Amino acid sequence: MPSGVREMTKQAVILGGGTGGTLVANRLRRLFTDTELAITVVDQDDRHVYQPGLLFVPFGLTHPEDIVRPRARQLHDGISFVERAIDHVDIESNEVHLVDGRVLGYDVLVVASGAVLVPEETEGLTGPGWMERVFTFYTPEGAAALGAAFATFDGGRVVVNVVDMPIKCPVAPLELCFLADWYFRERGIRDRVDLVYVTPLDGAFTKPVASARLGQMLADKGIELITEFNTGQVDGETNRLVSFDGREVPFDLAVVVPLHGGASYVGRSPGLGDELNFVPTDEHTLQSKAAPNVFVIGDAANVPASKAGSVTHFEGETLVHNVHRFLSGEPLVDGFDGHANCFIETGFHKALLIDFNYDTEPLTGHFPSAVGLPLLKESHLNHLGKLMFQWLYWHSLLPGRDIPGISSTMPTAGKAHHPSLAEQE
Amino acid sequence: MSMTTIAATAVELDAEGFFVHPEQWTDDMAPEIARAEGIDALTDAHWTVIRFMRAQYFEKGTGPTVRVLGKTSGVSVKELYQLFPKGPAKIAAKIAGIPKPRGCI
Repeated sequence: MPSGVREMTKQAVILGGGTGGTLVANRLRRLFTDTELAITVVDQDDRHVYQPGLLFVPFGLTHPEDIVRPRARQLHDGISFVERAIDHVDIESNEVHLVDGRVLGYDVLVVASGAVLVPEETEGLTGPGWMERVFTFYTPEGAAALGAAFATFDGGRVVVNVVDMPIKCPVAPLELCFLADWYFRERGIRDRVDLVYVTPLDGAFTKPVASARLGQMLADKGIELITEFNTGQVDGETNRLVSFDGREVPFDLAVVVPLHGGASYVGRSPGLGDELNFVPTDEHTLQSKAAPNVFVIGDAANVPASKAGSVTHFEGETLVHNVHRFLSGEPLVDGFDGHANCFIETGFHKALLIDFNYDTEPLTGHFPSAVGLPLLKESHLNHLGKLMFQWLYWHSLLPGRDIPGISSTMPTAGKAHHPSLAEQE
Repeated sequence: MSMTTIAATAVELDAEGFFVHPEQWTDDMAPEIARAEGIDALTDAHWTVIRFMRAQYFEKGTGPTVRVLGKTSGVSVKELYQLFPKGPAKIAAKIAGIPKPRGCI
């Protein structure tokens, strides 16, 4: 290749080889030729976890090895993968510095490094009892350890606690409660198990209509709901959660969703992140506020959308088009509307589906149009949808394809227009 | 929305009692709002938080959450709850005359 052409090649560096990084790399690879754009994905390891699968591990419904695949193999030909931790990004000189001293220059940077768990920020959480009586299911190791503890649990008080928002997949801890109710019923010991859901929110969920529906489901299943509880300490010696305002919740087994933050290198990169290491990002264009040639996808961004794979998938289309427009010197488009679409597993081979965006809270009706999956209502069809999604994740979502019939922007055709609670049934 | 008189000045509050227009707020309104929230005397530590909340609001367009306050204000989350027992982010925002901090989703 003539050197003149080589010099025309722009460099895209993508930080993170998870859901967002992978689908952006694959979409960009289709949009640009090799001579137009070189694409490099950086990640500290080669383990791509299908995170929605973690929910099923504690109940023996799936196993950690079944939800982990190599990151590099999800990337199409013509994409470089660098397995190395990031030290910091220099947004002034457009360079990514790796821990081994290597430096990657970029014309455009995509931050896709997700959210990390910071259990050590909560007093006592990783102290006595951690991984013995106090668990998290947000890691493969934690989910497996919780599964072992559930298997031998023969009665007592199981407390599921969210320390503070934001967390990945805000419905997951509720799903864990629903599945635990089912699991202990199947084992014939539900009457010996108290299930308690402890949240910092003022209801079961963030959005009013869904919060009322999910709150009712907790009540129907005999799961106690404790709200506005800001966990200050997890005491694994006396087995209590203690809130900052002095309230106490005793447990025999605690399932805690720890505080989340952005990747630690963000904190070491001057001007890139906020106090929690998330990257301030325009919620519609997905361009960072740190620098015009830095874009952000998925959990790493501070946008007011759920930290969820569906959100990341819907962001992908807008993000790659805006990267293209940026490299062509064209104005960016306000393409992303905050669309999220989540199956909520409720046990007994059923699930419910919620679909919402920045402006519209989850409503009743059907998805994606009047003929479709029922919204905010338990059905076996939604459960099958949730199971099918794992196949779509590896074979359609990560390769960066649109899922047929599912648009990136939120559909309104099948939704109830007047979401009064009375209309729900 | 409703108009209320605080420190002999008419101000507009939202349904939950937060200021709609933070520029209507003055220092001498803080003790009166604090008393209504069960805080009888504002100490220097309270004022540190109040000033910090307002600075953050005017810089970022929203007041910080408790966790961000604990990381950035120089006052720990534990102390914040001692100062504002009914919830530091909400109560301090109310006393500081800024809208309710946007929570996370």
